[in-house]
Amino acid sequence: MARDMAKYLRNKPTQFCAGCGHGILLGAILRAIDELGIDIDDMLFVSGIGCGGWIPSPNFNGDTLHTPHGRAIAFATGAKMFNPKLKVMVISGDGDLLDIGGNHLIHAVWRNTDLTVICANNMLYGQTGGQFCMTTPKDMFTQTTTRGNPHAPFPICEVLAAAGTRYVARYAVTQPFQLIRSIKKALQTPGFSFVEAVSTCPVQFGRRNQLESPSAMLKFLKERCISRDKARNLTAEELQGKIITGEFTDG
Amino acid sequence: MAMNKHSLPPGRYYLSGNEAIAEGAIAAGCNYYGGYPITPSTEIMERIEERFFETGGVFMQMEDELASIGSVIGASWAGAKAMTATSGPGFSLMQESIGYAVITETPIVIVNVQRAGPSTGQATRVGGGDIMQAKWGSHGDYQVIAFCPWSVQEAYEMTIRAFNLAETYRVPVFLLTEEAIGHLRERIEISGDIEIVNRKKRPGAPPFGTKEDDGIPPMPIFGEGEKLLITGSTHDERGFRQVSSPTVQAKLTARLSNKILDHQEKIIEFETYDTEGMDMLVVAYGFTARSARYAIEQMKAEGKKFGLLRLKILWPFADRIVHDLGTRVKKIFVPEMNRGQVAGEVMKYVGCDVVSFAQTDGEVIHPHTIMEQLRRLG
Repeated sequence: MARDMAKYLRNKPTQFCAGCGHGILLGAILRAIDELGIDIDDMLFVSGIGCGGWIPSPNFNGDTLHTPHGRAIAFATGAKMFNPKLKVMVISGDGDLLDIGGNHLIHAVWRNTDLTVICANNMLYGQTGGQFCMTTPKDMFTQTTTRGNPHAPFPICEVLAAAGTRYVARYAVTQPFQLIRSIKKALQTPGFSFVEAVSTCPVQFGRRNQLESPSAMLKFLKERCISRDKARNLTAEELQGKIITGEFTDG
Repeated sequence: MAMNKHSLPPGRYYLSGNEAIAEGAIAAGCNYYGGYPITPSTEIMERIEERFFETGGVFMQMEDELASIGSVIGASWAGAKAMTATSGPGFSLMQESIGYAVITETPIVIVNVQRAGPSTGQATRVGGGDIMQAKWGSHGDYQVIAFCPWSVQEAYEMTIRAFNLAETYRVPVFLLTEEAIGHLRERIEISGDIEIVNRKKRPGAPPFGTKEDDGIPPMPIFGEGEKLLITGSTHDERGFRQVSSPTVQAKLTARLSNKILDHQEKIIEFETYDTEGMDMLVVAYGFTARSARYAIEQMKAEGKKFGLLRLKILWPFADRIVHDLGTRVKKIFVPEMNRGQVAGEVMKYVGCDVVSFAQTDGEVIHPHTIMEQLRRLG
């Protein structure tokens, strides 16, 4: 049965490039809200700077707060603490939430602020033209790692789970049903919850790594993603370059 | 409008400037505070933390000043009268989001208890070096409002007015005070008759529109079904990003400045003393104006006729009165606890000589210092 998803969107085209994975994530978030029967007028969507920050702003037909770079969680904290009736979701990119905004993320986890944070991880800084950030896979080429990225991606889900976050999950946009289910669970979790959505960026990430076409990028994610269950039986060497997906904590 | 039930009851109190600011905020209806400890402002957050248990306000000690001001802006859009307090280093960290509050027309109050800088400088010593930072600290071009109290009494009253002007003009308002006022204890009178301004609302009206006669759109809040689009990017009257339209950029930036400048005669506050028949004018503000007032009084015995212009609001700048008084003297003396930030501003509006006295040793400017300087100048 077709669902009326148009009611959740303002009547504008999105600003995403052709083949951008953020459209899939946008759809997954709205489907999760729809399936839970949450009134979008009871929600507040807070985002930062970057492509991920454009998922809710201006697309979502509800209250949106598009903040300075890195500060989405801090702004969300003020709104949520003052009006606890608002259901506050933070949707932003990996560079915004983890790199420049990492301290706010850690403190929201520590305070267990009642926020649902969705990290749209396109594995680099997309909007500024494709520079590496702390989620860029090792050896990948970006505008500022022209000889390959020397760092392994920061395992944010593992870290947040270790810090006691009640719901933490990582899925890729190639796993839309798991993604919808995990966003629903995150929304139903009282206190702080976190979903990392690994996304695609054929324009900035793909073209420097022989993954120019949207399908090549999706294939790249499919090949790299491995479930937590399967990952348990692999050696560290076999796990090199893999993206471990699943729920890291569950309520 | 009468004061709220949580304010200190009318009467006489013996308070520090920082305590008076906390009480002024509560009297104004402040119900959200987000802050980070920093000398010499910390007593403000300490008193608010305790008092909010009685008033029901929300107190958040945030992880840094970037988060403090962010949470304050978020709370303001959720309907709060929100404040933060800090000192120089924290004020510097807040600058990016001050610009965000300007472009999103968010009413907030920021207290800066100035200390000796630059950088960490002398954390417990007095300074007045953030006057220009308050005006131009964030990138882009904009107007703000900045109060500068000279007493504990005024610290209380100006905090209330700061909230009122923030709500009236939808703009961040600064209370630029100094360590010397923050930590000064003196008797203050709290009156039962306080004017409180609450924000203008009109359901369905564009939150960034320009149809209002005064250039100040009404302000909705989250959770009312208004489907708000709040962004730090250039935006149209409904909040849609317009990142390449010259027309929208020009219109928005002009309105953000003009909504303050067009009302500056209503906003600006100053006091003049002994300016009739004066031989020379002293322009001063904050703690320094106390010393200047005393010095001028003392020097009457020497037959010297000095006038004093005391600036109570530094931004927008009191250009008209400075210009008018400047036509009546040959020389203007401007003592400051910085290297001449307001003296430079005075020079823009007068044709006479402007003599800057800059003292940046972490001490207040004493009356005898001003007397010595004035004797030298004649």
